[in-house]
Amino acid sequence: MNSAPVILLVLVGLVVLFGVGVVVYNRRKAAPQELPEVPIEVVVNEPEPEPAPGVVRRFARAAGVFNGSFAVLRGKDKITSETWEELEETLLRADVGLSTTTALLESLKSRVGRKDISSPHELLDALQGEMAGQLSSNSRELHFDSSVKMPNIWLFVGVNGVGKTTTIGKVAFAQKALGRSVLLAAGDTFRAAAGEQLETWAQRAEVPIVRGSDGADPSAVIFDAVQSAAANSRDLVLGDTAGRLQNKSNLMEELKKVRRVAEKEAGTVTEVLLVIDATTGQNGLSQAEQFALATNVTGVVLTKLDGSAKGGIVFAIETQLGIPVKLVGLGETIGDLVPFNPEEYVRELFAEA
Amino acid sequence: MFDNLSSRFESILKKVRGKGRLTEADVDEVLGEIRAALLDADVNVGVVRTVVERIREAAIGAELSQALDPGQQIVKIVSQELTAMLGGETLKISYASKPPTVVLMAGLQGSGKTTSAAKLARWFKSQGRHPLLVGADLQRPAAVEQLRTLGKQIDVPVFSEPGDPVTTATRGLAEARRIGKDVLIVDTAGRLSIDADLMDEIRRISDAVSPNYTFLVIDAMTGQDAVNTAEAFHNTLAIDGVILSKLDGDARGGAALSVKEVIGRPIAFAATGEKLDAFEQFHPDRMAGRILGMGDMLTLIEQAESVFEKEEAEKAAAKLFEGDFTLDDFLDQLQQVKKMGSMSNIMGMIPGMPKAAKGAEIDDDMITVTEAIIRSMTLEERRRPEIINGSRRTRIAKGSGTTVPDINKLVKQFTEMQKMMKRMGGMAALSGGKANKKGKPGKVSPLKMAKAMREMGLSDLAGPGGAMKGFPPPGKNPSGIPSEGFPDFRDFR
Repeated sequence: MNSAPVILLVLVGLVVLFGVGVVVYNRRKAAPQELPEVPIEVVVNEPEPEPAPGVVRRFARAAGVFNGSFAVLRGKDKITSETWEELEETLLRADVGLSTTTALLESLKSRVGRKDISSPHELLDALQGEMAGQLSSNSRELHFDSSVKMPNIWLFVGVNGVGKTTTIGKVAFAQKALGRSVLLAAGDTFRAAAGEQLETWAQRAEVPIVRGSDGADPSAVIFDAVQSAAANSRDLVLGDTAGRLQNKSNLMEELKKVRRVAEKEAGTVTEVLLVIDATTGQNGLSQAEQFALATNVTGVVLTKLDGSAKGGIVFAIETQLGIPVKLVGLGETIGDLVPFNPEEYVRELFAEA
Repeated sequence: MFDNLSSRFESILKKVRGKGRLTEADVDEVLGEIRAALLDADVNVGVVRTVVERIREAAIGAELSQALDPGQQIVKIVSQELTAMLGGETLKISYASKPPTVVLMAGLQGSGKTTSAAKLARWFKSQGRHPLLVGADLQRPAAVEQLRTLGKQIDVPVFSEPGDPVTTATRGLAEARRIGKDVLIVDTAGRLSIDADLMDEIRRISDAVSPNYTFLVIDAMTGQDAVNTAEAFHNTLAIDGVILSKLDGDARGGAALSVKEVIGRPIAFAATGEKLDAFEQFHPDRMAGRILGMGDMLTLIEQAESVFEKEEAEKAAAKLFEGDFTLDDFLDQLQQVKKMGSMSNIMGMIPGMPKAAKGAEIDDDMITVTEAIIRSMTLEERRRPEIINGSRRTRIAKGSGTTVPDINKLVKQFTEMQKMMKRMGGMAALSGGKANKKGKPGKVSPLKMAKAMREMGLSDLAGPGGAMKGFPPPGKNPSGIPSEGFPDFRDFR
């Protein structure tokens, strides 16, 4: 019971009050525009004010030199306030985030103050070193353990549209290549045709799949898949789940249940992989926090890194939450999934192409 | 939506509000915090720089020239800049003289094109149009099946054929003409802006169907890269508007702000939920207001308008203002509110509601409980709650499966609200200036109402130092909280 009636009362009050206010207000003005039955002329858009030319120019320049900005810096012989600004901006543009960026630069500034570093060239090397150092987790292997209650279960979780289903297809292919017998569980029973999508991947990777009907309880589908895998002595079940926004607590509860029920009879959940889209900005941290809270995430898959986005949010995820990035998605074909290599990744960020 | 940015601005502006004059240090501090807030919200670095500079110039200029409260001026300046960033005006859809009106959907993988295409089709349907969906995403497995399933749910036909997306789109256009559909929505495969082949393909699709509107679908969670993507798509296709997807998450959505600034095209629609009707036209002015902590009242009004019977609502409001609003009327209105969607969604749009309250996930079951209590009352009790004595209370509690304190609370709060509404009615009528002879609020603008409400102290409930601090999750009894000034609201936590 608690505060419900109170809130409702106010709500209803406000709604009525404002509803009427608007009705009255609108009535005073001209009658509301009704859509004519017959399509009318005019396809021209309303003129939109052009952005100030300065802004556009600045962007064109920034986009053009994004990769080259470090090269320009290296060429300079003095560390100036512009150097710091340039560095900050480059890191922010890679979605590293303001607090991580500030921390990185503060640490470098003190080193410059102590005269450890004197040229922009050294500064960039030091920055690269610090950033690689932040990604120092030593557990980037995917956990597969044949001594646990079989099969191993790997769950794939994440917000909508990050590439969970595609990632599963690729992982299935890779794990099968390692000689493991894999089974897919189509736990996304919510999104239209998600099951069909996973089925296509199952065919491509030539692995079996267990599907439920649309709208079925995802826990039940994954449970059935695990039972089936156990009965056929399969090694590994890859469980797809529906995309969900991390602030939807009912859906996060559903996910907890999926994890709980998955290993109820047979099987052990040995990986919960959070799939994050490289284009994601600072919200990625919130995603990692909430999914970790709900399901004990064991690793991150960073997808779509073949685009122009840099995925810099992984620094915050690794340093603040200690969740290692394990895999990187680089395209739409079945082989485009590779282990995450921090040195390589940082080098890419600093690429001077 | 934008909750975080909104709460940060609230705390920044609270410091500035009420100050007689701003020192340069004040301006710097405010700007520094605005910059941080915008960056944390994923607004593009370059856009942030531009906006902060504009605000600085405006703020310093204002200081020199005006005798007005500089704090208010900053609020106004920030609000103006944000509104401009968000798009200035709402995109108004006009229809082709020779149907169909063709809409092309474009975007990165996973941005939400297919779902948005279906939602858009549903929206066109609600505008009295007859859309046809074309599934030209032949890349992603089962994308066409997904579109077909969605099409079935909203009763919109879907055209697609395997093979080449350009051909499919062309044939889809012919099909729309053949079967007399007046809107054609072409869903395309997700593509990276740096993939030259696929960008060329979508340009050919665009050439083939000559869209009246090309919408770029952008995920509200996108980071700094949004501007690169938007620029690349804009250069290839000439984008008319942006559809902002997944805005029901907790992402601050700053990327969307940058996109308008960079490509000069407005955000036309926003997707605010997984259900197919969770899709609305984007209102930049409202969004700016929201960022500044003024809530999204206008959207709420619009929803209320579409749900409430106008006559009924007017009657109810008249009763409210005159203090004749009974629990029976309340029950009626509850039924209407239920039609407006989930409580948490509605709560989020009310200005001055503290963030914690917005996040508190008002359970829709609460409506059921409240209904049960009122339904357990006799008609007389509903008309005159003051006659509810001890034995009546026990009876009502038993009848509704609640407890006596629950009944007490409902009655007490109802009475408080009645009083408040009566006062508010008076105030609104005053500020409206044209109350009719019966004392009913005659021609009152919603803005003036909002102003009146703010004057009632509603706005001060929000914010870190506000009275609503520490909103406990539902289930905790908020007793023992000192109340002063506005007891009914204090108790709302």
